[in-house]
Amino acid sequence: MRAAAATAVLLALLLTSLAVAQGPAPISVVSPAGTRSLPVTLVNGQEYVALDDVAAFLPLSVREDRQGGLVVTVRGRNIVAPRDRPLVSVDGRVVSLPGPLTRVGSRWLAPVDFVPRALGPIADQRVEYRRPSRLLLLGTVRVPRVTPRVEAAGGGARITFEIAPPAGVTTVTETDGVVVRIDADALDLAPVSGGAPAVAQIRADPPATLTVALAPAAGDTKVTTSTTDTIARVVIDVAAPGQPPDTSSAAPSLPAAPVPALLLPAAAGVRTVVIDPGHGGDDSGVKGPGGTLEKQITLDLAKRLKSVLEARMGVHVVLTRDDDRVVTLDERTATANNAKGHVFVSLHMNGSPSPARTGPAVFFMRLDREGEDTRREAGAQAQALPVLGGGTRVIETIRWDLAQVRHLEASQRLATLLAGALTGRGGVALPPVQPAPLRVLAGLDMPAVLFEMGYLSSAAQEKAVAADDLRGTLVQAIYDAVNRFATEPAPLPAAPPPAVPPVAPPAPVPPARGRR
Amino acid sequence: MRRTVLFGLAGFTALALLAWGVNAGLQYLGRTSSPEVPVGPPPVATPTARITATLFYGAPDGVSLAPVRVDVPLAEGAVAQGNQIVQALLQPPPAPYLAVIPAGTTLRALYLTAGGDAFVDLSAEVSTKHPGGTQAELLTVYAIVNAVTTNLGGVRRVQLLIDGREADTVAGHVDVRRPLELDASLVRQEPLPAVQ
Repeated sequence: MRAAAATAVLLALLLTSLAVAQGPAPISVVSPAGTRSLPVTLVNGQEYVALDDVAAFLPLSVREDRQGGLVVTVRGRNIVAPRDRPLVSVDGRVVSLPGPLTRVGSRWLAPVDFVPRALGPIADQRVEYRRPSRLLLLGTVRVPRVTPRVEAAGGGARITFEIAPPAGVTTVTETDGVVVRIDADALDLAPVSGGAPAVAQIRADPPATLTVALAPAAGDTKVTTSTTDTIARVVIDVAAPGQPPDTSSAAPSLPAAPVPALLLPAAAGVRTVVIDPGHGGDDSGVKGPGGTLEKQITLDLAKRLKSVLEARMGVHVVLTRDDDRVVTLDERTATANNAKGHVFVSLHMNGSPSPARTGPAVFFMRLDREGEDTRREAGAQAQALPVLGGGTRVIETIRWDLAQVRHLEASQRLATLLAGALTGRGGVALPPVQPAPLRVLAGLDMPAVLFEMGYLSSAAQEKAVAADDLRGTLVQAIYDAVNRFATEPAPLPAAPPPAVPPVAPPAPVPPARGRR
Repeated sequence: MRRTVLFGLAGFTALALLAWGVNAGLQYLGRTSSPEVPVGPPPVATPTARITATLFYGAPDGVSLAPVRVDVPLAEGAVAQGNQIVQALLQPPPAPYLAVIPAGTTLRALYLTAGGDAFVDLSAEVSTKHPGGTQAELLTVYAIVNAVTTNLGGVRRVQLLIDGREADTVAGHVDVRRPLELDASLVRQEPLPAVQ
C-alpha cells in the first residue's frame, strides 16, 4: 500500500514536471522602493509568473468566474481572462498573450507579458518590461540602457559606455581601474562587445556602478564624459605600458546634433528600413488648432529618423516621400516592397473627437476573416521548388494586397518594442498597441507598424511637438525600437492576434420588437 | 337576350380596362415620386412606433465608442430599419458623447445582400470633412459598422461606400475596400444609459 502511494506520488511529480519546469532566471523588479526578485516558471515553454508574487508589487485581487476563467481586479478595474485562451479583456480591450492564464496547484500563473500588457494599462503607474535584461520597471525609476564596448588600440584599449537616456556620471580613477557611478536606480546593461588584453574585467554593482578592472601591465588612463539630449558617453582611454593614453583616434565628445558620429555595422537581418511620412501635398492630414499640419511634422521626423538610423545602425533608409507631394497608399506600398525593405514605419499624427486626448499609439495590421483564410491558404499551398546549387526554396503564393499576413507576429513585436521604447520618455505611460485594418500596411511584405506620434487635435500636444525636444525623443524611441528589433532574437512564436476581437458585443436589438 | 349578354360583357370589359388603367396610373405616379436612391424613406407602420436601438457614439475619452440605447422609428423590413438606424446615427449625439461622423454626412442608400453583407453608401462629406487621424477614422468607420451589425439580425459585415463608389479609406488610414465585421475592442464595456 505504501509502495503504491509512493508510486502515485512519483507519477504525479513526473506528470507535473512534464508541463511545468523550473529554472529560468528571476526577473528583477525595479521600483522606487528598491530592486527585488520575481520568480519565473516555465509552462509549456513560456515564461510565467505567479499572480500572488506579482501582487507583492502591484496591488491586485483574483477571483475565478463560473466558466473557469479568471477576473483580475486592479484599482477597481477588471481584467477578464477566458479559460484556456491566450488573450484577456483589459477594461473592455482585447490583449493577446503568448499563452493562457493557467492554474498550477493553488496558484494562478500568467505569462510574463501579462504584467506590462494587461496590468500596465490600468495600473496607474509605469509598468515596463525589458525582456533582454529581465528588468520590470515600476513607477518613476531611472534605469538607463548602458552599452559597453571595448576596443584594442595600439597596445592599450578604449572602453566606451553609452548611456541612454543620459544620466549624471561620476568617475573615479584608481590604480587598478576606473569606477563609473551613474545617477540611476538601476542599469539596463547590454553585454560587453569587443575586448582588449589591457582590460581584465568590467563588473556591474548595484544599484548603478560599473567597475573597469585593468590588467596589471596596463598603462595610464584618461576618462572623458560628454552628454547630449539623448545620450551620455563615458570614454576611458587606456594607454599602452609606458605611454600616455592615445585620445586622437576618435572625438570623445558628442556633436551638438543628436546624431552621433559613430558608425556601426548594419544590424544582422535588417539592412533596409522604409520610413513613410504620412500624407503630403493636398492631403494635409490632421490640422492642429493652431494650424500645424500633420504632413509637415511627419516629413520632418522622417528626415531626422533617416539620418539617425543610417548613422547609428548603418542601414539603408528609404523614404516614401521626401518632399511635400501627394503619394498614394499603393505607391507607398510599392516603394517599400520594391526596395525590399526589412522594416516599415509609417509616421502619423493622430486625431480625436476629444481635444483633451494626448499620447502616442502604435498600430499593426489586423486581419479579417478573409485575411485569415488567405494566410491559411498560403501556408497550405506553399511549394518547395529546387534552386540552382541544390536545395529547395519554399514559395508561398499570396495575394499582393494582403502580403502583410506573413509578417503579423513580427509586426506585433515591432509595435510592442516601439511602445516600450516610448514608455517613460517625457512622462508617457505605456502607449496602446492596437491591431487595426490599416490600408497602408495591408500590402507590405515586411514587418510594419503605423506610429501615431501624438494627438495633433490637442492644443497642448501641438505645442509640444513643435519643439525639438519632443521630436528628438520620438526619433530616439523609434531608433531604439528598430535597433532592438534588428539585434535581439525574436521570442518564441506567440499566438497570432485574433482576426476579430472575440469580446461579446452589446446585445443586438431586433428591429421588429419595438414599443408602439 | 343575346344583346343583353353582349352589353354585359362589354360593360365588364370596360370596367376591367378602367381598373387596370387606374392601377397602372397609380403605379406610374408611385415610381416617379420615389427618390432615385434604391431605398426610399421607410414606410412607417404608425406615426408613433419606435424601437430601441444600440447606437455607437464617441465616448468622452476620445478613443473609444460608447454603446447608447436610442429610440428610432420602427420601419417595415430590414433595409428600411437599417436606414432609420443609420439616419439616427448621423444626427448629433446627446451629451456627453462626441460626434465621430462629420456633420453634413448623409445616407445615400443602404443595401443588404443575402450573404449577410450590408452596403452603406454615404455622401462625400464623410471623407471631405473628416478631421483625420487613425483613431478618429476608426471611430467613424466602426460607429457605423457596429451599429448596423448590432441592430440588424443577419448582417455580419458592413462595407462603406462613399458617393456611390467603393473607397480605399475614409481619411487615409482604415481599409474600407472590403466589408468589415463588428469591432468590439473599440467599445467601452460600460452600462448603457438610455437616451430618449
